[in-house]
Amino acid sequence: MQNYMKLEIPSKSVNEAFARAAVGAFAAQTDLNIDELADIKTSVSEAVTNSIIHGYRDADGTIYIECVIKSGKTCIIEVTIRDEGAGIANVERAMEPLFTTAPDEERSGMGFTVMQSFMDTLDVTSEKGRGTIVKMSKYIRSGDEAAL
Amino acid sequence: MKCEIEQAGGSLIVKLGGEIDQHCAEEIRSNIDRELDLKNSSSLIIDLGEVDFMDSSGLGLIMGRYKKMAARGGTIMLARPKPNVNRLLEMSGIKKLIGRK
Repeated sequence: MQNYMKLEIPSKSVNEAFARAAVGAFAAQTDLNIDELADIKTSVSEAVTNSIIHGYRDADGTIYIECVIKSGKTCIIEVTIRDEGAGIANVERAMEPLFTTAPDEERSGMGFTVMQSFMDTLDVTSEKGRGTIVKMSKYIRSGDEAAL
Repeated sequence: MKCEIEQAGGSLIVKLGGEIDQHCAEEIRSNIDRELDLKNSSSLIIDLGEVDFMDSSGLGLIMGRYKKMAARGGTIMLARPKPNVNRLLEMSGIKKLIGRK
């Protein structure tokens, strides 16, 4: 069985909380535990924040969020967050822990590291001037299977 | 987001609550820094007991306050993080940094 949802939001920082709550609410139909739910919400928050402050640089833009649930022996929750903003010139470097383009603004430089640590897969595609697509997934084993 | 600040002895105690993300991090930062400079506190205690959610914006906030306190020879302590917030702190390595002082 497969289920999905799509969301479109303007790049306003007040929507960070809405985006992670919405994805969390959709993901909650699976058998995930409270830690897994927190992992997904935190990762969504990181990706959406990146789109707002780096992608659109606090200017107006649209962020597209898609979440797909693939049920099976292992349930897979896939989240895709896409923007049409500035893009990332060097994705590899951007993904290094503590790398930040704005050290004076007290960014931790840990956004991608958080997504990598809290999700099971992370795939970042970006083109300068065209935007960024962050695709990440979390594998959820049901309580019974996890106990085996 | 909740941010209550009180001075006790030489310590500034900051009680945070709710959800901490990039949207509110700047406001928390300016509130803390204003009080730190006003009271000239030698130690900063951040009580995370009522924080339900935090992302890396919160880590940036804590790292920044750590640097500020270290620069003036002061200390910083994090108190009572909930399990999900604690996992983020563990993952970031910030606890080791603060532990080392």
